[in-house]
Amino acid sequence: MARFITRRLLLSLLTLWLLATIVFIIANVLPNDVGRTILGPFAPQESVDALNERLGTNRPLIERYIDSMVGVVTLDFGNSFVTNQPVLPTLAAAIGRSAKLAGLALVITIPIAIAAGLFAARRRDRPADRAVVLLGLTSSSIPEFVTGTILVVVVGVQLKLLPVIATPPRNADFLTELRYLLMPALAMAIVYFGYIARMTRAGTIEVLQSDYTRTATMKGLTTRQTMIRHVLRNALIPTVAVIAVQIGYLFGGIIAVERIFNYNGMGQTMLFAAQRKDIPTLTAGAIIIGIVYMLATLAADLIIAWMNPRIRLEAER
Amino acid sequence: MDVPIAPAPATTPVTVGAVSERAQARRETIRQLLKRPAFLVGIVVLLGWVLTAILGERITPYDPFNDFALNHQPPGQVAVPGQDVTEFHLFGTDRLGRDVLSRVMVGSRDVLVVAPLAAIFGVTAGTLLGLIMGFYRGLIDDVLSRLVEAFLALPVILVALLTLVVLGPSPLVVVAVVGILFTPIVARTVRSAVLSERQLDYVTSARLRGESGLFILSREIFPNVLAPVVVELTVRFGYAIFTVATLSFLGVGIQPPSPDWGLSVAEEYSYMISGVWWSTVFPALAIASTVVAINFIADSLQSVLGE
Repeated sequence: MARFITRRLLLSLLTLWLLATIVFIIANVLPNDVGRTILGPFAPQESVDALNERLGTNRPLIERYIDSMVGVVTLDFGNSFVTNQPVLPTLAAAIGRSAKLAGLALVITIPIAIAAGLFAARRRDRPADRAVVLLGLTSSSIPEFVTGTILVVVVGVQLKLLPVIATPPRNADFLTELRYLLMPALAMAIVYFGYIARMTRAGTIEVLQSDYTRTATMKGLTTRQTMIRHVLRNALIPTVAVIAVQIGYLFGGIIAVERIFNYNGMGQTMLFAAQRKDIPTLTAGAIIIGIVYMLATLAADLIIAWMNPRIRLEAER
Repeated sequence: MDVPIAPAPATTPVTVGAVSERAQARRETIRQLLKRPAFLVGIVVLLGWVLTAILGERITPYDPFNDFALNHQPPGQVAVPGQDVTEFHLFGTDRLGRDVLSRVMVGSRDVLVVAPLAAIFGVTAGTLLGLIMGFYRGLIDDVLSRLVEAFLALPVILVALLTLVVLGPSPLVVVAVVGILFTPIVARTVRSAVLSERQLDYVTSARLRGESGLFILSREIFPNVLAPVVVELTVRFGYAIFTVATLSFLGVGIQPPSPDWGLSVAEEYSYMISGVWWSTVFPALAIASTVVAINFIADSLQSVLGE
């Protein structure tokens, strides 16, 4: 197991380096003049030069590259172009708020989606299964901002069940905060329901057809025992993998959701940074979400290796 | 349920018999597809939107751009300022008094050009990359695999946002960014399809015949991985609409004065809270119907072609 983890960690570091390099290229190589990009085509050349001087974007590319790589390692993403404050502290607080929202979305969606997937797999190709498959397909194909606006209109404005903004009043207790976060979390949960349910269904169908499931049934175990001891452990492997991948995407969809529900998290911060052409904040955001995605997939790989020793041994070879 | 398409007889030179066999398999695939209600629903909805986009102003009840009645009026009769008449607006009017129904009807124009182009770009580049990675293996595969891995870790919407800020929002940049971000996903799928093909006998015998790598890749392996490529194209088309609509909503995709659905939602959503729901909900439902339709088509293709 130790060898498996070491190898996996080293590969993650390599991926992180490549990812940071891609983001650096987008932010520094694509615009040939950062000052001009920010000030626009009509600004006088002196202002552009002065801005490039202040931002340090007139230094040689290689120097900026080394700086930014050191920055990734030391988690120092430089200063915001707009506020001139270090990027990370502002971003960290916003990410914390977004994590609350994303976490709630996952807590809502994972149990329901796994239950739906298992339910459908055991009724394969029957109407109930087709219904779950089509429902999952529909829910996962509609963008979060579309579900979000429809929820606001129906649940928030017409039925007046939940608040239409996500930011709770100051010093709100836990339950009030939960009430405010529920609708945006639901908008995100709906998208992920489809992915997770379909993966669970596919994984379970495969395991239900396996020899060891047949053996378990034939040696007289009850359905319940077979499901818990033999089926679930293997059937949920693809589910664990897809949940990890979705955690990365969660932070993409969150931008639109935070805009609709006016929630001051990671997404709003990124959107404000985009409107003000605050490139360091955007790059930091992209890299941090990349790291979150890699940590999530790493955790998933470890869980999967723990769930299935065959995968673990295969990886060590 | 799953009907495998007949494997193309790739080791024999293409004869008349082989061609008709392939044509027969294709006809069978289409027959299977037409039996699926989800596929039919998807095709009808998608073609409907394509039709309204093409016919546009010829069939819209009002001019989607230059016909201004009273603003933000609910569905029904709406007064026209300065004139003593009322007009009937089935979906109500938007913040400038334009007919929401007419705008929704032409709102698919930009996204139905940008999204397919992005999907085609991503699938073409991804297929090429996947073919090379799966066939040549070795160092090329190792290096490209790590790059693919890194690209997969990038948050799509966020990186698209960054790139569009840096390069300025234009439809061409949207196509390029979304296409490039889709490339590694497609490459990974095609690579694994090639990996399972390359150990089959027909590849070995082509090698023994002394065919070049390029010939084997393009004439022997490629036709046999076409099914997953076609599936991937429809799936990516759905995701491209999802992504482009989201980018338009965030203000970096399709730009004003386009009646684009995502853009309309962005321009109108803040009025929802004061009860003006029609100018947001109808374009939102249009987006939903399109992406669901495409995913129904993609899913049917996937089951019929048996992945």
